[in-house]
Amino acid sequence: MASSTMAGAHDHPRGLRRFLFSTNHKDIGTLYIILGSIGGVIGFLLSLAMRLELAYPGVQIFPGLAELLHGADPSMALDAGKNLYNVFITVHGVLMIFFMAMPILIGGFGNWFVPIMIGAPDMAFPRLNNISFWLLVSSLVLAVISMFVEGAPGMKGFGGGWTFYPPLSSNTGSPGPAMDFVILALHLAGASSILGAINFITTIFNMRAPGMTLHKMPLFVWSILVTAFLLLLVLPVLAGCVTMLLTDRNFGTMFYDPAGGGDPLLFQHLLWFFGHPEVYIVILPGFGIISQIVSTFSRKPVFGYLGMAYAMVCIGVLGSIVWAHHMYTVGMSLNAQRYFTLATMVIAVPTGIKIFSWIATMWGGSLSFRAPMVWAIGFIFVFTMGGITGVVLANASADKQFHEGYYVVAHFHYTLSLGAVFALYAGFYYWFPKMSGYMYSETLAKANFWLLFIGVNVVFFPQHFLGLGGMPRRYIDYPDAYALWNLVSSFGMIFVTLSLVVWFYAIIEAFMKKRLAGANPWGAGATTLEWTLSSPPPFHQFEVLPRITGAGR
Amino acid sequence: MADGHAKPEHDYHLVDPSPWPIVGAFAALITAIGAVMWMAQHKGAPIGGMTFGGILFFVGFAGILLVMYAWWSDIIHEASVGGFHSPVVRLHHRYGMILFIFSEVMFFVAWFWAFFNSALFPADAAQVLRTELFQGVWPPKGIEVLSPWKLPLLNTIILLSSGATLTWAHHGLLENNRDILKKGLIATIALGLLFTTIQGYEYIHAPFAFAFDPAKPAATNYGSTFFMATGFHGFHVIVGTIFLIVCLLRVFRGAFTPDQHLGFEFAAWYWHFVDVVWLFLFACIYVWGNWGGVME
Repeated sequence: MASSTMAGAHDHPRGLRRFLFSTNHKDIGTLYIILGSIGGVIGFLLSLAMRLELAYPGVQIFPGLAELLHGADPSMALDAGKNLYNVFITVHGVLMIFFMAMPILIGGFGNWFVPIMIGAPDMAFPRLNNISFWLLVSSLVLAVISMFVEGAPGMKGFGGGWTFYPPLSSNTGSPGPAMDFVILALHLAGASSILGAINFITTIFNMRAPGMTLHKMPLFVWSILVTAFLLLLVLPVLAGCVTMLLTDRNFGTMFYDPAGGGDPLLFQHLLWFFGHPEVYIVILPGFGIISQIVSTFSRKPVFGYLGMAYAMVCIGVLGSIVWAHHMYTVGMSLNAQRYFTLATMVIAVPTGIKIFSWIATMWGGSLSFRAPMVWAIGFIFVFTMGGITGVVLANASADKQFHEGYYVVAHFHYTLSLGAVFALYAGFYYWFPKMSGYMYSETLAKANFWLLFIGVNVVFFPQHFLGLGGMPRRYIDYPDAYALWNLVSSFGMIFVTLSLVVWFYAIIEAFMKKRLAGANPWGAGATTLEWTLSSPPPFHQFEVLPRITGAGR
Repeated sequence: MADGHAKPEHDYHLVDPSPWPIVGAFAALITAIGAVMWMAQHKGAPIGGMTFGGILFFVGFAGILLVMYAWWSDIIHEASVGGFHSPVVRLHHRYGMILFIFSEVMFFVAWFWAFFNSALFPADAAQVLRTELFQGVWPPKGIEVLSPWKLPLLNTIILLSSGATLTWAHHGLLENNRDILKKGLIATIALGLLFTTIQGYEYIHAPFAFAFDPAKPAATNYGSTFFMATGFHGFHVIVGTIFLIVCLLRVFRGAFTPDQHLGFEFAAWYWHFVDVVWLFLFACIYVWGNWGGVME
């Protein structure tokens, strides 16, 4: 179809053609941010239902919810409600990882700012960029369909947790087609991310402006580069892993079934070979964002630039060889447990380099506590908390007590729900003026921060106590002994809900008031290339490539 | 330049909006929905009583093929007529293809992992059922396996030879000898088809089954690991053969010059990758993995 590629002669495509057929990195980035926000809101609503349920001992709202959502028969509603709770924890995990954090951090901010920060006019493969986005939409549709078709016998949706362990996910636990929908959703999301990773690596290696050497690249670009390599390394393994599950379920293979000599632990190894690097895939772009923001609002170059860049490379490498610390309780040999404990703890070293370098960047800097900086400092606090409990959990001996408990839930929510999300908000408030051209209300942005900061800490800090007390995760009910801290935890959701309302209002307010942001609202500290462009940037930037001379980073 | 504005002062290719990505993604969605519905029918529990999963699958799949044709036609058009493929854009494509092949390598890592999980630990104390079933050895006792030194060795020779003929064709292209280019490509495609045929023949006559049969206790996941690993390789051989056939058709239409022939180059890279995967399969699964097994 030559007309669409050659004779179009449209300098600036408009309307549906501009967004549906887009080959522009900024438009695709915007689409990713919108998709990620939708995924995040659905994922949040699921977690709201879970916290409402867990506010008091006993089973409260899910039987009614099952009648409402799935048309469950009232006589069966209790069982259907218990199943629905498990479906909610599963879909909450899948949505927050694959359809909120990854799309916004990598697809959204990565697409928007990697080309601009390296002085390139667009991504290397603009059409591929677009199919990465639309494959993710297709994947989301499949994931949502899975909630409404049969999974476990007589039940709707797959409720085996986002880790999909067989036999919960094999024909034994979940013979219905819900799991098949989840598997194909993972295939499409994986294909989307692999194509995106190829695009980012090629762009970063080949399209840097003259003078922009690798060691002059902004740290956000470094973070996306490492992330893209991790994606390319581990997602194909996930594809193989879930393909084996698909053939086990439908074509009579025996990869995960001991009855034929197969091994359910093979699934866990393959899944975590993907799954552990995946947590770094989610957090590394956040590290990049925080580095840019801390440097901007301290009016100093980031402390120990090279150390910061190679700490991320180091985290990427180490993160790929520690996967079995998710599997301490499966009966591994002691030597394997020793290795995985040691290797996992070593990750604290490069992570410590990052935390201390951010603090050292602020030290003696000319600090201004604008909204993005407040979010960034909040990130450093909550991520350090999550990192410390991570060191605790790295011990095989300690993990045997905490495994599948609320201590683990608290730990990974401090790194992801708080860490990654705070980095995401920091990036959002840092770049919103650049992306939209308008300035938001500083008061609303800070109100958003304090509500979420108080909210998530009230939600998740008590979960450490619950975990230390032995409360297992993934159950709809609990003994009365855990009532107090569960109530406190649920109470925190009020603040979280309010913070989301404030966030939406802040966006609407910014677009209604139309306060022009100007090219650089942050002043002399903002030295990366995006601040040399107008806000919002032209449809195609850098028709004349910039020339990098100084040490600028 | 067909663009309405002045030519930018860089050599990158800013691609015009294209309908193919969104159409392709939704074709993939339809294919996936059709596949799940079809599989549910085969399990005897069609979703909502709907029995058109197979049709939906093929409609979606046809959409994917259509998008592939249209998308790649656009690229060829942009390169040949549009002249958009400057040296740096060609470098992009080379990076893209190398990275794609790397992701394919990692995909095969998963299948080798599954194979070695069984083949290296047939007598693990913790795996009670497996040890009993395999009787502590790999290949498991009670099944007959394929001899690596018959058809698999022949296939190794065929595939290695096809690599040689492809290099011959490449040299023909570089020296602008279209005759050698055509002959080399035809020979490579013929060897590729021969490989697939022999592999198909061996699959049909294999003494062990793909699917597990509880009635035959000796049947184990030997079949699962063997057929899925070699099967995905076979699928890649077929894709590579189609890639080479497309190149041949383009050669007949006068495409490729000695200094610009990315399509041919990528087909060759892909073919060599498929070749290397086979060598690993041959060494690990056929030779080492069948060592000491019962062969006809």
